Amino acid sequence: MFNEYNPINKLMFQVIDNDGKVIDKKLMPKVNDERVLKAYKDMLFARTADLQIVSYQRQGRIFTYPPNYGQEAISGATAVIIEEKDWLVPAFREMGAMLAKGVTLKELFLLFMGYEDGNAYKNANKVLPISVPIASQMLHASGIGYEIKYNKKKELVYGFVGDGGTSEGDFHEALNFAGVWKVPVIFIIQNNQYGISTPTRMQTASESLAIKAIAYGVKGIKVDGNDFFAVLRALEEAKKVCENGEGPVLIEAVTYRKGAHTTSDDPTKYRTKEEEEEWDKKDPLKRLKQYLIDKKLWSDKEEEKIIEDFKKEVDRQFIEAENYSEYKPEDIFKYMYSEMPQELKDQEHRLKEFYRWKEERVSQTIKK
Amino acid sequence: MKVMNMVGAINDALDIKLKEDKNVVVFGEDVGVEGGVFRVTENLQKKYGADRVFDSPLAESGIVGTAIGMSIAGLRPVVEMQFCGFIYPAMNQIISHASRMRNRSRGKLETPMVIRMPYGGGINALEHHSESMEALFGHIPGLKVIAPSTPHDAKGMLIAAIESNDTILYMEPKRIYRAIKQEVSEEKFTIELGKANVITQGKDVTIVSFGAMIREVQKAMVMAKEQGISIELIDLRSIYPIDRETIRNSVKKTGRIITVTEGPKSFGLGAEIAQIAIEEAFLSLEAPPARVSGYDVIVPLPKGEHHYMQDAYKILYEIEKIVKY
Repeated sequence: MFNEYNPINKLMFQVIDNDGKVIDKKLMPKVNDERVLKAYKDMLFARTADLQIVSYQRQGRIFTYPPNYGQEAISGATAVIIEEKDWLVPAFREMGAMLAKGVTLKELFLLFMGYEDGNAYKNANKVLPISVPIASQMLHASGIGYEIKYNKKKELVYGFVGDGGTSEGDFHEALNFAGVWKVPVIFIIQNNQYGISTPTRMQTASESLAIKAIAYGVKGIKVDGNDFFAVLRALEEAKKVCENGEGPVLIEAVTYRKGAHTTSDDPTKYRTKEEEEEWDKKDPLKRLKQYLIDKKLWSDKEEEKIIEDFKKEVDRQFIEAENYSEYKPEDIFKYMYSEMPQELKDQEHRLKEFYRWKEERVSQTIKK
Repeated sequence: MKVMNMVGAINDALDIKLKEDKNVVVFGEDVGVEGGVFRVTENLQKKYGADRVFDSPLAESGIVGTAIGMSIAGLRPVVEMQFCGFIYPAMNQIISHASRMRNRSRGKLETPMVIRMPYGGGINALEHHSESMEALFGHIPGLKVIAPSTPHDAKGMLIAAIESNDTILYMEPKRIYRAIKQEVSEEKFTIELGKANVITQGKDVTIVSFGAMIREVQKAMVMAKEQGISIELIDLRSIYPIDRETIRNSVKKTGRIITVTEGPKSFGLGAEIAQIAIEEAFLSLEAPPARVSGYDVIVPLPKGEHHYMQDAYKILYEIEKIVKY
């Protein structure tokens, strides 16, 4: 597959068309109907949550949030293949993959409400927190890959980046280090066409993003990122490559960010309605849903019902997050070092002394 | 006991940790086959293999960034920045991740790693090879910054740094890499990080310094002694956190404090220490805290470097001024 779809051939790997019809059965990944249906529901859950979060944000109940809307198939397929033993190194639009690893929606809410506790992932291991400095997390993926190889473990790293991130130096360094070290890392570029407002053609003069793999001496492939089966099959093949000690692999998943960059962004400034409509035809959920309906595995009626359930679940976790405990002054100090230096103990003490003074001062003012 | 210079002592510390902990890996530019441009890692690859001591691609952000990943996954990487002036491409990884991963993840993830780098001037080098930017690093919350001044300290502090669960920037005064020899125990030992060392007790003036400047202060002290001035010399050892207690106790005794550092003057370590003296021992002060430091200029190339560098006479000049104040 990596020969046929060598990025030099300028092909994009697809399994289903825009109407959910399988183009060639031989291309299908190894996944049974039941698992596909679950993956679809998970993607639908992510989308439901996403749309709801944007509305919470509009109500002023949560801070800035970067939606996944339109890109669900990439995380959805990753969720199918990633295992407990594997590492997930997200950028910041991988909700589905994070939930699959055991991160809870409530934790994501906590983060976007302003609690670092949302990054503590109580029930999830081997997941790094979302990374704000673009592409910098890719090097962590390469480093984790080194540890896996060094200790001869059977683990994999799934490392994410966006199209804008491919312009960063750390993208280059991560691919270069991983290539030299031959470590088991699958790098996935979510090419959603825009880095905030800047289109991919202004990020690079390369024919594609996948083609960059060739310069690093690693296998690369461009896939239709809105085609759940194509992404999953590419991941399956990439996994085999890594397991044979021939990693890393670079996957460019072509998709479209249907929402804004974050809730602070206004996409009407830089893209047209026509363009959005064109991409609506390729919507990942629409295509997978049609596939499932054609196979009599799903119906509009079931979908309506489950969306109502999902909304309730999202709301439940959101309200739990809203009622989260108070952020205490000591919480800003205590995780900085493995043991708190005297300097920080003194600073914490000063802050608390100040609060005591202020409380007294304010109550005196009220009495007057 | 064995007579070692600083290069040998650092090598010995790495040797001990590589031997006893399989999670320790050493990498960076030219540290493997060649043993580093200063030969600090000499023979370690031969001894421990190319998967534990190895040459990385030439990319500082890549070195620190991958070390972060390794440390999160359970290794204890000790990486080398070839020179202090080459660390800047790695600053994003240091500031944005290495120093924050524990706080960001509420203690779930840790990055136990050591970033070693030679720093400081006086070796007739090209641009970018002579800087002393300890204040820049000391200003990064979540990072620990340390610098030894003797072979003994170099060994004990490096072993402690490798065993620490924090990210530690270990600044090596390359000017005295081979200039000082002393007897160092061949056994494993550690020196507690964050504690300063009172090298010489004195009663008239406290001098706080670290790294290669300690030797210059000691030369100045010989001349000051001839004039009957008694100096208390404190080797900081740790730039962050600073040992306030040792500074306080000393200034309360002497009433005068001079800092001697190599970095640029403004916003420098000297200002931080002076403020500590003022906060902690204001009523004991008999003169304003003084500083001997670099200037707010780029470290000049070798023919002009002597104008920039601090030496025994620059220090003596400040000593004489402060006792006459």
